Amino acid sequence: MIAETGLAALWLAAALALLQLLLTFVGLRGGKPELLAAVRPAAVAQGVLTATAFALLVALFLRSDMSVLLVATNSHSMKPWLYKFAGTWGNHEGSMLLWVTVMGVAGAAVALFERALTRAAHMATLGGQAAISLGFYAFLLFSSNPFARIAQPPADGQGLNPLLQDPGLAFHPPTLYLGYVGLSVAFSFAIGALLTRQVDAAFARAMRPWVLAAWVLLTLGITAGSYWAYYELGWGGWWFWDPVENASLMPWLAATALLHSVTVLATRDALRAWTIMLAVIAFSMSMVGTFLVRSGILTSVHAFAVDPARGSFILALLAIYIGGALALFGWRIGSVREGAPFELVSRETMLVANNLLLSVILGIVLIGTLYPLMTEAFGHKVSVGAPYFDRIAGPLALALMVVLAAGPLTRWRRDRAAAVGRRLIVPVVIAIIAVGSLAVLAWGRIGILPFLGLVIALSVGAASIAPLWKRNLWRTPLFTWGMVIAHLGCAVSLAGMACDSAFTVEKLVAARPGDMIQTAGWTIRFDRIMPIAGDNWTALQADMTVDRGGAPTLIRPQSRFFSSPPTTTSEAALLTRWNGQLYVVLGEEVEGNRWQLRIWWKPFVTLIWLGGVMIALGGALALVGRERRGWLMKWRSRRAMA
Amino acid sequence: MKAKHQRLILALAALVAIIGAGLLAVSALKDEAAYFYAPNDVKTKGVEPGKAIRLGGMVVKGSLKRAVDGVTIRFDVTDGKATVPATFSGIAPDLFKEGSGVVAEGAFDDKGMFVATNLLAKHDERYMPRELEGMSYNEATHEMKAER
Repeated sequence: MIAETGLAALWLAAALALLQLLLTFVGLRGGKPELLAAVRPAAVAQGVLTATAFALLVALFLRSDMSVLLVATNSHSMKPWLYKFAGTWGNHEGSMLLWVTVMGVAGAAVALFERALTRAAHMATLGGQAAISLGFYAFLLFSSNPFARIAQPPADGQGLNPLLQDPGLAFHPPTLYLGYVGLSVAFSFAIGALLTRQVDAAFARAMRPWVLAAWVLLTLGITAGSYWAYYELGWGGWWFWDPVENASLMPWLAATALLHSVTVLATRDALRAWTIMLAVIAFSMSMVGTFLVRSGILTSVHAFAVDPARGSFILALLAIYIGGALALFGWRIGSVREGAPFELVSRETMLVANNLLLSVILGIVLIGTLYPLMTEAFGHKVSVGAPYFDRIAGPLALALMVVLAAGPLTRWRRDRAAAVGRRLIVPVVIAIIAVGSLAVLAWGRIGILPFLGLVIALSVGAASIAPLWKRNLWRTPLFTWGMVIAHLGCAVSLAGMACDSAFTVEKLVAARPGDMIQTAGWTIRFDRIMPIAGDNWTALQADMTVDRGGAPTLIRPQSRFFSSPPTTTSEAALLTRWNGQLYVVLGEEVEGNRWQLRIWWKPFVTLIWLGGVMIALGGALALVGRERRGWLMKWRSRRAMA
Repeated sequence: MKAKHQRLILALAALVAIIGAGLLAVSALKDEAAYFYAPNDVKTKGVEPGKAIRLGGMVVKGSLKRAVDGVTIRFDVTDGKATVPATFSGIAPDLFKEGSGVVAEGAFDDKGMFVATNLLAKHDERYMPRELEGMSYNEATHEMKAER
């Protein structure tokens, strides 16, 4: 019964979305405003129904109901409960249901909590949200039903890919999805604003919290995903330019540009058309990304061929939404009035430069990701890999960092180049000192990009703190703190990336138990190898004592074997110190009781993810700062009325 | 500055940025798109030593040998038409084995030996590196077949 109830809830929600769309359309265009009264309840009910459907699917997974096809093919009755739970979205149908659920709940939140928009724009936004949801309901119900039953249920199920059996994977996809779908709200806002011709600062102030929240979650999701790949895959790298990674990076780049341009629109009433355009692009990117991953066309052209219906459905949805939004944009943008003017040397110009650089990087990642697909359509197989992305995105990202350093030190509307130059003196001096000392210490030993990266990280770090200079720190608004911390986070991340690529020491050995290995100042004693067993796996574990002039510490890399599906994974041992990480991977046994060991000492590599967390924290502070001001004002006006 | 001029400058800047991005991408793609090579591509087109590429094919049965140090392996990669020798130092992926597909990242040395820095094998039983789709290995005759 549970599966059938879930399916029914999903159908009801889809019907409500259709109703919601019709109500707003007839209400706004057909001159029947009384119909609009039902739009908000419809959106809320839709959110409740999708959440119910999702909760029921989770219940099916937790109960290991093998009569449901999705559970049978993606779960196993012997699995620990956390991975049964996470298995709910570790597959195509489940993750699409999660997507629809987040969309439904976000729509309900917009219906309940949005107060800053005019009534017409609010209703048009909800109509837009319903229009997007409808396509996804159709996709789910017609081609990816998560509740489908099978006639002869297996006893145990096929299990979840062991690589995905990791706590990181239980939380990382939902975070990313919240971010992706948060951008759908920004998209609906843009559609609503275009439909009601209300593109102005008030609209931007209403949209900004949604963009900020989505961006914070995307940032956290990408950071967590990068760290997961780093420790779980055992290859010691943190970014691979894999299509799946690019799929999350592209919406992030667009959202970052949108975040900055929406701030210009909210505070200075400039960049109106550009902001709308970015809102459309940002959500388009999250759809492109999700579909590239979920349709399987990137990891395997095969999946596309096996189920042509699904692939075509995806392409049709993409065409309708992106094409429709762009057409609406082209049709209505002429009527959007110009915003406030600004001089060439101003904060606005800096933010335009930031937007252009982010867009260019986005374009390059997009071309690199889609190019293999396009050539394949013409019968050529090519693969675009790290060399392409590193070569172009690297230098552009460094240029972006320079803009990031100078932007906050520039005044709104009008500034003088000489004054900006004066404010930049300290970061420039730090850069010069960094170039000098690095040149003496490490020239010729590290590559040019890590070298520049370190120099820029140091000066960007200095420049990001500069806006706090001579300010009363207690009275500095949270929004400014957020900006400072997020920008500092970029410098910290960049420093981590540069250190990792410049100073990592690698050692590869085949060692016998009892051997001592020396590398990068560490002494590693290989004590013994022993078999152990976990919940649904067995493993060979190497016990090692590592020591670098302090207290010796025990570390235990493992090689794990899962029986369902039969797979071996390697669990790296990571030892974190303040100045870096020791990373040890256990390989296979070679003749003579020797075991392959791969040992890395990665100085300051943790800064990469620390920076990511700081960036997200900065966004969260900015969000709280803006919202708190609204709450305070509301509270004061209420008190004044009483 | 007049608002109209400002719009024009913005539009021009955006146009320059987009064209610039396109040109950059195209120029880089020209160099890097020839990134994946099958052994037969190596034979017919030639790859200069030191250029970073991906080499994809099947590991020839009986060609896999391990060096005395325990961490270096030597194997042949074939696509059925040509065969290329390769070495790799490191921990090979669990599903890397003879008769199985592999994509190796690395570069050729002066003697025509492919020195791999990274091996991408199947992630699990179902997943196949997408570059290798349409290739299969005949267990009986040890022959590679390109299916299209």
